[in-house]
Amino acid sequence: MIETVIFYVFAIATVVSACAVVTVKNPVHAVLFLVLTFFTSAIIWMTLEAEFLAISLVLVYVGAVMVLFIFVVMMLDINIARMREGFVRYLPLGLAVAFIMLLLMLNVVTSDVFVFDTGVEPVPKAAEYSNTKALGGVLYTDYVFAFEIAAVILLVAIIAAISLTMRKRPQTKYQSPSAQIKVRKSDRLRVVKMPSSEEQ
Amino acid sequence: MTVTLSHYLVLAAVLFSISIAGIVINRKNIIILLMSIELMLLSVNLNFIAFSHYLDDLAGQVFVFFILTVAAAEAAIGLAILVVLFRNKRSINVEDIKELKW
Repeated sequence: MIETVIFYVFAIATVVSACAVVTVKNPVHAVLFLVLTFFTSAIIWMTLEAEFLAISLVLVYVGAVMVLFIFVVMMLDINIARMREGFVRYLPLGLAVAFIMLLLMLNVVTSDVFVFDTGVEPVPKAAEYSNTKALGGVLYTDYVFAFEIAAVILLVAIIAAISLTMRKRPQTKYQSPSAQIKVRKSDRLRVVKMPSSEEQ
Repeated sequence: MTVTLSHYLVLAAVLFSISIAGIVINRKNIIILLMSIELMLLSVNLNFIAFSHYLDDLAGQVFVFFILTVAAAEAAIGLAILVVLFRNKRSINVEDIKELKW
């Protein structure tokens, strides 16, 4: 019973905040509503016994990706009024497309196609069961190549993001440590021989 | 009354439809478009996790792990492109990006 209440409360919160993401005027508010959506879905993932992924959704998504979004939204000077052009015009079309897609998907997921949805409840895991341990056991054995490819994808993303946004500023003054170390006494110091004044 | 697999699948379908509507109605604003794509990935992840729970198979959670990785990379590169675009054109309106339009 309590699971049902938790599911409905957080499912409704997820749907409401997802609607707010696509309809609010201010992009900063949209990002914050997206954070709320991720939080509530993390709680729904918790009830599905995916504890590791729920925590990593909060840490990776809310902690890193959404902060990146907020950074970019606040850094850019956006003309919101121009962005909202056509919002009302495309609203009926968007709602129609979404409604038709929703009807089709509901038609599939509530039909008898998914024969394993027979009302048999999965047995809750015992208290000493560790989701992280089980996931790690599969991840580092059966899926180890995919895991390494994921690492390469992250590396490519780092390099791409840095090389896209880095720019050389010619007017900036900065030190060259290698030139500083390589310098010899003869490069900087010049001894000038000149007669002293008493000899005259 | 218990929560069945269909409950989670319906929730994921509703989330996916909301993000489809978001892509159509916010087609001038690239930032909202990127956020709608993140919402879509979230609903797909919810499907994977629900199936993983009800079929008692960890493979679904492994898939979600990889989807999260790729989505983080995608968001980082997308936002980097957005920053470069804004630096060059002083605007991120979709209407202003039409150099490749014939």
